[in-house]
Amino acid sequence: MTKGSSDSQWPLWEVFLQPPKGEAHEHAGSVHATTAEQALQNARDVYSRRGEAVSIWVVPSASITASTPEDMGPFFDPGNDKPYRHPQFYKVPRGVRV
Amino acid sequence: MPSPVLFDYVLRLGDDRLVLGHRLSEWCGHGPILEEDIALANISLDLIGEASLLLKLAGSLESKGRTEDTLAYFRDAIEFRNALLVEFPKGDFGFTIVRQFLFSVYSMLQMDALQRSRNTELAGIAAKALKETRYHVRHSAQWVVTLGAGTDESNARAQKALDDLWRYTGELFSADDIDREVAASGDGVDPSTLESAWRDQVLPVLNRAGLRVPDAGYMQAGGRGGRHTEHLGHMLSEMQILARSHPGASW
Repeated sequence: MTKGSSDSQWPLWEVFLQPPKGEAHEHAGSVHATTAEQALQNARDVYSRRGEAVSIWVVPSASITASTPEDMGPFFDPGNDKPYRHPQFYKVPRGVRV
Repeated sequence: MPSPVLFDYVLRLGDDRLVLGHRLSEWCGHGPILEEDIALANISLDLIGEASLLLKLAGSLESKGRTEDTLAYFRDAIEFRNALLVEFPKGDFGFTIVRQFLFSVYSMLQMDALQRSRNTELAGIAAKALKETRYHVRHSAQWVVTLGAGTDESNARAQKALDDLWRYTGELFSADDIDREVAASGDGVDPSTLESAWRDQVLPVLNRAGLRVPDAGYMQAGGRGGRHTEHLGHMLSEMQILARSHPGASW
């Protein structure tokens, strides 16, 4: 913490946990920490006390590039009227065994 | 089967963890940052859980009908067998962290050896505690280095804590007849055999933290024989008042 800083909080890290069944890591929340090791320990203490995880990733929140609400239209709407992008759109031709 | 000597020995193990666990619990809601508040509470609960198992075992070794709760809440300071190191008030964060580190390395070596105890219950408790303690060492060592190699103020506070605590580390490793007897029977560990391994693990971390190791000098002891500082009585009065005001209550 630097003197006179208006924000007394340490840098923020995002926490991802892998559930015991081995699925992909999922976002669990965030912690404050000054180093990667400290972030890992804080993530362990805050998010995996009850056997929620077999693996933890932490990443500085500042390293994440996110889409913005303004991106919603151009990013996601064009997919809505294109049912042929789903495999269910296609009928299985006769003679093809499934 | 009653085993008075092993009872005395297991009582020491349990009391160290009960008292330190309570001291750590005093941080609950007062940690320097939310994440560390939770971390200290986790370690506190680990220690109190270990104490609960050890005191329960002690009660059964004694065979006088005392449970873990009787032992925790209905003994006075003079009957406690913890080392003096763990009974001092929590102090500042630097004091708490340095003490936790010094004790955790000791506990890790002790539990590692006790996994091979002839007493299978004690061996089982040790195996469980060892996993927890490894994390306590990792967490406290990381903080010792952060504080020691941090700002002038954090370094000065960590150094003062180390200077104040060092003279109480000798007691952890001083063996008496009880220790030697349980070590000979294969039930316990002679603590004096742990000291060189403890130094091998503690000194490099202190060195990395830029902290000066105090001169060996005079080592203060007494807790193992029930001769405590004034601090333990005050702590117990707070820790025990609920159980003593409402005997037999459960919650």
